[in-house]
Amino acid sequence: MTAVYKRELKSCFQSMTGEVFIAVLLAFTGIYFVAYNLTAGYPYFSYTLSGSLIVFLVGIPLLTMRSFSEERRGRTDQLLLTAPVSLFRIVMGKYLAIVTIIALPNIVFCAYPLIIKAQGTAYLTVDYLSILVFFLLGCVYAAIGMFISALTESQMIAFISTFGALLVLYLWDGILSLLPSSALSGLAGVLILLALAVFYIYHMTENLLLSGIIGAVGAAAAVILYFVKSSLFENLLSGLLGRLALANVFTDITSNSIVDLTGIALYLSVIAIFVFLTVQSVQKRRWS
Amino acid sequence: MIEVRNLVKKYGTHLAVDHLDFKLEAGRVYGFLGPNGAGKSTTMNIMTGYLGATEGQVIIGGHDILREPEAAKRQIGYLPEQPPLYMEMTVREYLEFAAELKKVPRREREEAVDEVERLVKLRGVENRLIKNLSKGYRQRVGLAQAVLGYPDIIILDEPTVGLDPQQIVEIRELIRRLGRKHTVILSSHILAEVREVCDYILIISKGRLVAADTPENLEKMLGESDTVEIETETAPPAVEELLKDIPEIERVIIRERTDGITRAHIKEKKQEDVRARVFSAFAANGQTLLTLRRLSVSLEDVFMELTQKETVPEALVRKDAAEEESREGDEENDGGL
Repeated sequence: MTAVYKRELKSCFQSMTGEVFIAVLLAFTGIYFVAYNLTAGYPYFSYTLSGSLIVFLVGIPLLTMRSFSEERRGRTDQLLLTAPVSLFRIVMGKYLAIVTIIALPNIVFCAYPLIIKAQGTAYLTVDYLSILVFFLLGCVYAAIGMFISALTESQMIAFISTFGALLVLYLWDGILSLLPSSALSGLAGVLILLALAVFYIYHMTENLLLSGIIGAVGAAAAVILYFVKSSLFENLLSGLLGRLALANVFTDITSNSIVDLTGIALYLSVIAIFVFLTVQSVQKRRWS
Repeated sequence: MIEVRNLVKKYGTHLAVDHLDFKLEAGRVYGFLGPNGAGKSTTMNIMTGYLGATEGQVIIGGHDILREPEAAKRQIGYLPEQPPLYMEMTVREYLEFAAELKKVPRREREEAVDEVERLVKLRGVENRLIKNLSKGYRQRVGLAQAVLGYPDIIILDEPTVGLDPQQIVEIRELIRRLGRKHTVILSSHILAEVREVCDYILIISKGRLVAADTPENLEKMLGESDTVEIETETAPPAVEELLKDIPEIERVIIRERTDGITRAHIKEKKQEDVRARVFSAFAANGQTLLTLRRLSVSLEDVFMELTQKETVPEALVRKDAAEEESREGDEENDGGL
């Protein structure tokens, strides 16, 4: 694992993506810091950080786009996959290298609340928690980006798809407000989600029977539940999908100073899921 | 050492590897021989654990490549068809990375890298970026990576493709040296190479193993040829006239070359030797012979025979059909002269 980690880290800096990411994030945050905290005198660094979130939307895809697509294009995955190293360790090595690069500017950010404190009042707990959550959100985005990179051979496609996915997640609240709230549309939404899940299961297992049974049982359960207690489906869609608004955990801290511990658990679970999916998608390609 | 049991690989409906079954022993050089697209690379990719098989098992030194991948992969060094190189690394960095990946202990790493660099003659380019190296050097870096840590089994997919003749000779020499201590498996579609380097040949065609033996035995299998080649300055009609009275001849194929020399392939009847009769016939009529020789069966013939027939295993038994085919092959060659 350390071999893959070291190589990945070095390659991120050699290809300049690491430097560009760190420089842009630091520059952006620096400008906001000067404007909000130093010039306007606002005592929360967390607010500054919320402005920098937009850098992640372009920066994280930049970091993750090469991770697996480039290995595949250059056939170097043959070296990794025939080496006596488990696939999970290869994926973790790469992931941790990206996480390291995301961590570097966040370590620099840790100095900013102290600068504010030197000028007067500062809210160190909120500020440091917001830096932690900001870093974790970056890790979540990186896990998603790495998974997308494992799906394609082209780093350009990986970049654009990851950017698209992160943009949708970023704008999720606005998109959700467009969704209808009636019980029937809730049912329709559940069925669509079920169809997507079944399609994915079929794609992974190529077992028509298994995915068919899961689909049929799921659909029947949803329809029966709808007729028995339709109130369950009211607002279900926005409630269910609202959980996907990952950035909300972060913006709750920055705008309301509310720290949601379940939100941090959500971040960690999403990271685990996407690392797992990355392992699965690489594994699957060996069998197709 | 290596056991491949009933291996099948399907890509959609296409059968890339069709029930391959063989056992390889330690300390020999094996050659996978087959035309392009015969399934050599796929088989190697499955044996090294890069691809999963649709059916069947690969057992490396007692470890199943799927059930105990790390124990099995530890014994293998693999050079794929396209060397898996990171272009932005220097040769030294790359080999050190590979050594760490292959779990060469930290203390021995430097030494191991030094040793393979010497072995494949990479000294002098070790600090250059791989992307700036020529194809031949890149191939050597890939080879160095496969040999690194001296695994028991070294698998090389077309190791000499794209190299210049000097490099080919060097790499072959290296393979022979490696074969003294290690099991080496190499694939190739070049017969001369396999014959020269390998102790044992596995001929693969359309995903199936069609023959497996030593190069000598494979040649012996087809037996002695019953075709005699002559070259003469006599014109074709006269040659035909001269040969037509010899009863032991079954068939004659004559071709006149542009330089005025006539070449004929004479097929004998079973168990006959026409050479003396042919010589006497020409001598009696005051004609000269420039060449008179029996064509030997080459590995090429075996290869053509085995890889171009539909019903392959029987082909070895049906000897006549075999030679007819090889003769037609020869004719085509003559046309090119």
